[in-house]
Formats: sequence, C-alpha cells, structure tokens
Amino acid sequence: MRIRRLKAIAVKELLHIRRDPRSLIIGLLMPFTQMFMFGYGVTLDLRHIPVCTFDREASQHSQALLKNFAASAYFAITRNVRTYPALVAAIDRADCKVAVVIPPDFSLRLTDIGTSPVQVILDATDDNTANIALGYALAVVSGYSSGVVLDALNRQGRELQQIRPMKVQSRVWFNEDLDSRNFIIPGLVAVVMALVGAQLTSLTISREWERGTMELLISTPVKPSELMIGKLAPYLALSWVDAAFCLAIAALWFGVPFRGTIFTLFVTTTLFLIVVLGIGYLLSVLIRSQIGASQIALLLTLLPATLLSGYVFPIDQMPSVVQDITYLVYSRYYVTIIKAIFLKGSDIPALAVPILYLLVYAAAVVVLAARAFRKNLG
Amino acid sequence: MLSRVTNILIKEFIQLWRDKWGRFLLVFPPVLQLLLFGYAATFEVHHVSTAVLDLDHTQESRELIARFTSSNRLNIVERAQSQDEINAAIDRSTAAVALVVHAGFANLLRKGQEAPLQVLVDGTNSNTALIALGYINTIAAQFSLNYATELAERTLGIVGMEQARIQVTVASRPWYNPDLNGRWFFVPGVIATVTLVMLVNLTAFAVVREREVGTLEQIMVSPIRPAEFILGKTVPFFVVGLGIVGLVTIVGIFWFRIPFVGNPLVFILGTTLYLLSLLALGLLISTVCSTQHQAFSTNFFVLNPLFILSGFSFPISSMPDVLQWFTCINPLRYYLIVIRGTFLKGIGVGVLWPDLLAMAAIAAVLLTASILRFRKSLE
Repeated sequence: MRIRRLKAIAVKELLHIRRDPRSLIIGLLMPFTQMFMFGYGVTLDLRHIPVCTFDREASQHSQALLKNFAASAYFAITRNVRTYPALVAAIDRADCKVAVVIPPDFSLRLTDIGTSPVQVILDATDDNTANIALGYALAVVSGYSSGVVLDALNRQGRELQQIRPMKVQSRVWFNEDLDSRNFIIPGLVAVVMALVGAQLTSLTISREWERGTMELLISTPVKPSELMIGKLAPYLALSWVDAAFCLAIAALWFGVPFRGTIFTLFVTTTLFLIVVLGIGYLLSVLIRSQIGASQIALLLTLLPATLLSGYVFPIDQMPSVVQDITYLVYSRYYVTIIKAIFLKGSDIPALAVPILYLLVYAAAVVVLAARAFRKNLG
Repeated sequence: MLSRVTNILIKEFIQLWRDKWGRFLLVFPPVLQLLLFGYAATFEVHHVSTAVLDLDHTQESRELIARFTSSNRLNIVERAQSQDEINAAIDRSTAAVALVVHAGFANLLRKGQEAPLQVLVDGTNSNTALIALGYINTIAAQFSLNYATELAERTLGIVGMEQARIQVTVASRPWYNPDLNGRWFFVPGVIATVTLVMLVNLTAFAVVREREVGTLEQIMVSPIRPAEFILGKTVPFFVVGLGIVGLVTIVGIFWFRIPFVGNPLVFILGTTLYLLSLLALGLLISTVCSTQHQAFSTNFFVLNPLFILSGFSFPISSMPDVLQWFTCINPLRYYLIVIRGTFLKGIGVGVLWPDLLAMAAIAAVLLTASILRFRKSLE
C-alpha cells in the first residue's frame, strides 16, 4: 500500500464530489432537513384525539360524564351527533377516532341496577392509537365512576371509609417524562446516517464501470485495497461532518439528554460510518449498473433502517424469524448504541456486544469488497 | 403518433427486461419486503419482559405477584433477590419493567392503609413503556378492588352495599379491526410504501440514464415530441407498478389474511391515481437531474420524508401544523387512506373522493411540470 497512490485516488474522488456540487449540497442538507422534519413530525404521543359524542339520554348525568371527556387533554370533542348514521359517517371519514355513546337509560340504570355501560367506539384501523385512546377513555370513565360513588355515599350521610389498599408508584428510568421524542430522535440520527452513507458511496464504482473509466483505473498500478481506502476516505470525512450536524441538532436543538461521553460517541459513530460506507462500496463493486446499485441500496437501507432497526418498532416484539433477520441490519446495532449513549450514558464496556457485532460487520464488508473486486477484475 | 409511442414503449420494455438485476428486482424484493416488514412493523406489546422482587414474602405479596405472572401480557424473565439485581436488569435491558414489593406490604394492606407497589420502567422506548404501564395499572387496580371489597366485608360488615358498587363500565367497540391487530394496520401501509420506494427510483433513473449515457441526443433528433417521449417512458413503469401492487396485495390477503371488505374497483382506481403521481414524481426528479448520482441523492432526499410524514406509522394529527400542511402534497398520505379504507373499512368513492381527487391533482401538476421541464432541457 502506497500513500501516494492512496492520495491520488482520494484527490480524484474529491474532484468528483466538487464537480457535482448538487449531490454534495444534498448530502450536507440531508441531516438538517431530515432531522428537523422528523424531529417534529415523528411522535407517537397522542393529544386531542378527535371524539364524537352521541348522547342518547341528554341528562345531567350523561352531560357530566361527557364534560369529563372534554376536560381531558387527551380528547377533543369535535362533533356531537344525534343519529347513529351521523356517527358512522364521522368514523368512516376519519373525522373522529373515538365515539362515545351514552345509552338512553343511563341514569335510570345507574340508580336502579348500579351499573351502566357506556359504549366507546374506536376507529381501530390504527390499532396503536385505538389501544392508547381506549386506555385514556377507561381512565376518564372510571374517574367519573368513583365520583358518582363518593357523591352517593356523601348523600347518605355515611362516613366516608376510604380504603385504598394499594398504590402503584411508578418510576420511569432514562426517559423520565416518557417523551417519545427522546426515544425517537437518537435513533433518527442512525437512520439518517445510514441513508446519507448509502447515498454517498453506492454508485462510486458502478459509475466508473458505466462510464468506461474502470478499465483506465485497472491499468494503473493501484491495488484494490488502495482504491477502496482512497475512495472511501473523502466520504468518511464528509459523513463525519453530517453525523456531527445530526448529533448536535439532537442534543442542542431538541434537547435530548446526552448522558454519555463524546469519546464513546465518536468511536462508535466512526465504526458505524465505516460499515455504512463499506456496504455502499461493496454494492457498487458487485453491481455494475448504477440503476441496479441504486435500487438495491434503497431497498437495503430506506425501509430496513426504519422498520427493522428497533428505531421505533421494538425488535423483541417481532416473530423470532424476523428477529434473527434483524441481526443482518447493521443500523440495529447503532440504534442500540446511540440510544444507550444518549439516554443511559453507557460507556464502551457496557456496549461491548453491539460494538463487537459492528466490528465483525466492518471486517466482513472490507474482506468481501476486496474479494469481489479481484473477481471483477478477472 | 401512436407508432412513435409504441416504439418507445417496446424499447423501454426491452431495456427493463434485459437488465438481469432489473428483472430480479421487479419480482423478488417487493414480496420479500412485504413478508419482512409485515411481520416487523407493529406497535403491539405482548410479552413485556418483567423482573420481580418480593421483599415481603407474605401471602398477599405472593398473590399480587401471581396476578402479574398469570397475565399473558407480562413475561417474567427474572426473580431477583435484591434491589441491585433489579437495577442491573433494567440497566442491561434484560427487563423492560420491574415490580418491587417492599417489606411491610401486607402489614399496611391489612390496616387498610396505602401499600406501595414499586414499578420501575425503562423509558427508552416510550411507547412500549406507556403500554406496559397501562397493563400494570389495570392488574393492580383489579387486585386493589378485590382486596378492598373483601376488607370492607370483613372489617366493616358492609355486605352488598349497593351504593359502593355503583360503576360506569366501558363497553369498547373497536371497529374495522376488532382484535386490535397491528398487522391489519401495517400490511396495507407496507404495500403502499414498498411501491413508493421501488417505483419512484426506477422512473427517476429512466430519463437521467439516457442523458448520462448520451442516448438522449439520439432521441432528441428523432421526430418524437416531449409528451410522447414522457408517455412512452411512463407506461412501462405504470405496468410494472400495477404488477408490484397486484403481487403484494395478493400476498397481503392470502398470506397475512388481511380482510379486504371494500370495492376492488375503488381500490384499482386509487392505485392507478397513486401510481400516476409516483411516476410523475419520478419523472420530475429525472428531468431536473443531470447524472444518475444526482437522481439517486434526490430520491433519498425526497422519499424518506414522503415515507415518514404520511401517516404510515406516526399519526399526522400529532404533527405540528407546518408539517401537517406538508403532508397535503404527499401522495402516499392519500393512498394510505384509500388502501386502508378499502381493505378494512370498506368505504367507497362517496367518502374517498377528496383523497382520490388530491392524488389526481398531484399527478396532473407533476406530470405537466416534468413535460415542461423536459421541453426546456431539450432547448
């Protein structure tokens, strides 16, 4: 390996980057636009779920119950309907996600039998929203319910015996307010960097093949390993800048608590970038057409980085076959690492397992790229 | 004119088919992706890994813990002996939730005083944490209620006190998805996104490649008009897109058993408009870029926001207003409403017409823009 040849390749690659300023600008803009868009756009917190009410009794009691819904920050009553078809239409059009139906004999049943059902209709096409909304609705109704009991006891003049045998004291670690932003944004850095990295290197070699300049490169004394390092070095520098932007936005703009050390962050991020850039390079060596390489790169990064990395969808809830497959998704390790560094303040020994996986990955990619290249030459 | 368009069409089909990778890419990845992501994408929380620590060792504490153990929502992975072990389990993420019953728990209970059950939750995944807390609170409330009734009957002699039993119950009716099955929500969404990613990229490369390889000049000197050229470029990919959607929809219905209760014609109409808007988007990218690498970067730049800000997994209503406005120009947003609406809700054009119209408008605007851009780039 000669430094001179390495440098020549790196300079050549830099020229490519400079001649195509638009790709460079996109590469540098990616962290900003994506971090800001998703930092604000990606949230699982539910507030003001639109509710449709259908009060078939219209009594003091039923109105009091509905007032509890209106007072909750989780619900917003956007519609009051008087007929069942109107309710169906509101849910069908997705104007409302939840409909509360109070039966015509609501108060009567409460005084006579003691219990009365309230119907909560949910648009369950989005099961997660429906599930969480149902939880909130249960809380609102049981709050009203115990209010009724207290009233009844007081009216009878009975001395209130408050028996509250157990209380759940929950303490949430690492993300004390259960703010979904704190959990999503560190993972977002991993997703954005996986995309940026793939975008930077997936076409470098296939471009040379397609333009016919590969034969020229082959005829020079440059070795496959020199070509790889020379080609990747400028992009590593570029993606360091991108990663720094992303991380700074996460910590400073969105205020995600950063409890780890910069050193751990730097080491693991560099390792991840090497894997990402290396995979892109490997693809472009293997697939000689740019359209093929781009298509594969998109398929391997865009959706897997989001869906299989544990970024928002918990891996341990997936079927075990899919869980096994996620070990192939390199973003998975960095998502684990970066969340742990940000929220738990983990250091390198605590992260040994995912780091080891990334190291194995990096080694495999480098070896494969070198081998594939040799074959290609022949 | 017709023969010129057919010539371009034949050329495009040959080009698509000749590429070995291209052929492979058209069939295999959509199905594989749907299978993978269909299983992967879910917010359902079934087996929350739980660690328990019982420092009280009484009948009451065991009873309480048995209630948690018998729940199929929680999965007891560790029975710790000390608080340190509990902390370590949460730290190492072996358990997402830890339950601690402190010494003296039963004593407090018997006296009718508040006995604490300590719950530690790993909040790194806030959604899972929130749902797990919901499960725990429900189980704890049941235990509480049972114990309170028993205690009241034993100590105060209140038997069958009507007033204390008053309660309003909730009868929940989850429409369209009675079991709250996450797959029903996500599989139609994955069908839409897989199509988005594949089709926009393919089309975006269509014109750029001609330009980069230098064959665009040859086409320019031929008598073909820009609109004809664009049409010839679009139709093959439209056919490919229909094929992809058809294939993955069949997998969705027969493999994942997602019910399709709507009108297939409405679905086909929506799919056609969606594909047109994706093709138009790809063509526009194609005409503004001069190299394939630029087209590729632009794709990444554009596709990810379209995917994330569509309502695929993150509710649009929770986004800030500015981003909500942005989703109005996102064809995926409308298609998701159409595909979920026809699969699960069985709603027709009467409800879906604004979304269909929006996709048609997006397709028309983008197509016009790309034809204009293309004409300009020829000059």
